[in-house]
Amino acid sequence: MTTTTLAGFDPAPLQRQARWQHAEYAFWLLPAAAYFAFGDQLALLSQIAITALFALSLDLILGYAGIVSLGHAAFFGMGAYTAGLMATHGWNEPLAGLAGAAVIAALAGFVTSFLVLRGSDLTRLMVTLGVALMLFELANKLTSITGGVDGLQGIEMKPILGQFAFDLYGKTAFIYATLVLFVLFWLARRIVHSPFGLGLRGIHLNMARMPALGTPVNARLVGIYTVGAAYAGIAGALLTQTTQFVSIDVLSFPRSAELLLILVLGGTGSLYGALIGTVVFMTAHHLLSGINPQYWQFWLGALLVLVVLFARDGVMGGLRALARRLPGAAK
Amino acid sequence: MTIALETRNLVKRFGGFVATNDVSLKVEGGARHALIGPNGAGKTTLINLLTGFLEPSSGEVVLKGEAVTRLSQHRRVKRGLARTFQINRLFARMTVLESVMLAVCERRELGARWWHPVGSHGEAIDEAACLLAQLRLLDVAHSETRSLAYGKQRLIEIALALAAKPSVLLLDEPAAGVPTGESRELFETIAQLPREVTILLIEHDMDLVFRFADRISVLVNGGLVVEDTPEAIARDKRVKEVYLGEAFDG
Repeated sequence: MTTTTLAGFDPAPLQRQARWQHAEYAFWLLPAAAYFAFGDQLALLSQIAITALFALSLDLILGYAGIVSLGHAAFFGMGAYTAGLMATHGWNEPLAGLAGAAVIAALAGFVTSFLVLRGSDLTRLMVTLGVALMLFELANKLTSITGGVDGLQGIEMKPILGQFAFDLYGKTAFIYATLVLFVLFWLARRIVHSPFGLGLRGIHLNMARMPALGTPVNARLVGIYTVGAAYAGIAGALLTQTTQFVSIDVLSFPRSAELLLILVLGGTGSLYGALIGTVVFMTAHHLLSGINPQYWQFWLGALLVLVVLFARDGVMGGLRALARRLPGAAK
Repeated sequence: MTIALETRNLVKRFGGFVATNDVSLKVEGGARHALIGPNGAGKTTLINLLTGFLEPSSGEVVLKGEAVTRLSQHRRVKRGLARTFQINRLFARMTVLESVMLAVCERRELGARWWHPVGSHGEAIDEAACLLAQLRLLDVAHSETRSLAYGKQRLIEIALALAAKPSVLLLDEPAAGVPTGESRELFETIAQLPREVTILLIEHDMDLVFRFADRISVLVNGGLVVEDTPEAIARDKRVKEVYLGEAFDG
């Protein structure tokens, strides 16, 4: 019955969106290449993988659902402390630590999401900032639990799954962090291409219209904010486990602000923007601070201004524009 | 005849201003009911009260015999009450198919599914494609909404409402901003909708209203003045006064 009316209709462009592209496979070979090429920089590479996961978590809520946040470090920090405290209390299987951090951060995300639902972007910025500041001062005050400004020490991790011990060179740490990043990226990719993800894009593009389609907007936002918080919590836990230390600045304002900067630099709403932004930012940070430890942020600022003015969708937007210009690159 | 949509003594005040004044409206099942009135009569406010976009100061909204006054917008949509907007409210950076899929997935209760990709929900895609064919949008299915002419976008607005498979459809000036030639085509499309769908139409173009509607209510200063068949409305003195009065006021 439908065949006559639908002659010439091809749903393929819609179905293609979720399929893995060649460029994506190539992208995921980069961590392996980096492992062999920069074997003496594994600590930095682990940091990049962890920060990339953190940036990914912000992209889910900001890039897809359109919730701006200046306090995403709240969940990163909760995850970091959860994994740290679990380890110091004798629960030091790494994967259990990740799970614990995810649950606690998700819980915090779920509860605070109701504060974030209402109001404009400005309100959301202030509420997220406020929540993060309160958590920072709590960690600062509760020195008997968190170690305060001295940080949480005495964290020792068991080998992962009882098999892979963390080594001095950071090999295990890097592979562990990268694998966790990949698995969670893969999951996030599924989420954004699902009907739920399409709905988030709809909310981002035109929130007022969505209820008229029958969408419970608040429930969707609570959902993705909770997932984003869990992701951030896992990133925090990875930092704790790979560095065996929790510094209070996991909850600090600069960490939240820097994350926003990374995401804008890389480009929001594409997942890969978060990863690329992290690589660019961390590498620039590393190289520039090596050249001039005091004033490196000058060049970072200049880079950010250039990106925002001339490549509105960040590095990812620039790459996409480039791909469109290359003949035959569209497929 | 069953009543599809009804308001009982509906009142909406904005401060001291009464936008909707004690409106008791009955729309019969399957009707092509038009709501007319001069600018500022409160037509869009009434639609907003019906759909839950606004909360009434007092009174009830009844959908198929059940009070829905306290239900949120999306719950009313689930119960079969859909609307279009006077000014397009679309998803500029989505393709036409994606936009309609959004609405179709929601009606099929797939909106919260987060595992399988949108493109794998074959039945939903078929349904969306049929809808696009019905509104003659199939050839632009993969075009971005913002790249289309306003008249085409107007059709997407209607497709989104129809995707909810409404039993009552509220059309808020569907032809607003559409060139005359295209508006005729648009109304042909609307006229072809099955009779199970009750339609309440707000429209300025009297030609279209009298051709389309089998029942007309006239709203003036927030209150219902008269309700009758198109023939009777055309002869009604009060209605003439209202419209001539508006013309004299400029």
